[in-house]
Amino acid sequence: MIDWCEKCEELMQPFLDGTLSDEEVHEAQLHLERCHWCAKRYRFEERLRHYVRVAVSEPMPPELKAKLATLRTPL
Amino acid sequence: MSESPPTTDDTRRLAREARERVRFEEEALELSDQVYRVARRLAGSREEAEDLVQQTYERAFRSWRQYTPGTNLRAWLLRILTNLNIDRGRRQQRTPQTTSLDNEAADYFLYNRLESQAGDDNPDEERVLERLSQDSIVDALSDVPHDFRDVIVLVDIGDFSYADAAQILDIPIGTVMSRLHRGRRILKKNLADRTVPA
Repeated sequence: MIDWCEKCEELMQPFLDGTLSDEEVHEAQLHLERCHWCAKRYRFEERLRHYVRVAVSEPMPPELKAKLATLRTPL
Repeated sequence: MSESPPTTDDTRRLAREARERVRFEEEALELSDQVYRVARRLAGSREEAEDLVQQTYERAFRSWRQYTPGTNLRAWLLRILTNLNIDRGRRQQRTPQTTSLDNEAADYFLYNRLESQAGDDNPDEERVLERLSQDSIVDALSDVPHDFRDVIVLVDIGDFSYADAAQILDIPIGTVMSRLHRGRRILKKNLADRTVPA
């Protein structure tokens, strides 16, 4: 007997990356429509990716930007 | 008398080359914020990231003729940066690879742990997410072994395609995908370890 939640967990990353086959996407979607437990974890993963991206993004120090401009070949 | 035509040709050629170089440098500088954002997470510290970015631009401006116009300049710059980073012998300074194998759990693990600590029967995922601090995310990422982290940083933070990441790191696309999947799991396990006491 297939544990669909376990299978859905395995499919989560490639599902969100858009790298699953049409058949697998359909399989995951069918399960997600019925299983709020898994659907919630998929939504969390999506939000987490965005959250991580924002959390670790540091703007470039302005001094560095100025320094890079001085590296240009003089006209 | 055969002196005048070459000087005109030379002048034209030099002028064209100067225009191409100026355009190259401008385009490269426009990408510097994005290059730094990726460099900051590939390098161990802010100072290291700044040095790497500076050296990358020095090298890029020197070897601009090797760049093929119309191809992905951001990936070209990152390829230089990644090679410089490896040349600096960063592999010795990094987390040993052996830690990665223990520090991996299935994909729902982090959510399950956070939810069980939320003190609410059915919290929404936004509230669960708020339990992760910015510092814990930065630390959790920096503790992902570099082979996995490089791919996460390029694809998830830097928005590079699998193909670009494969080219930048000089590894097959299949390896990019498998490291990305495992790397994200390691990252989530690190986050769970930092946020929720076992």
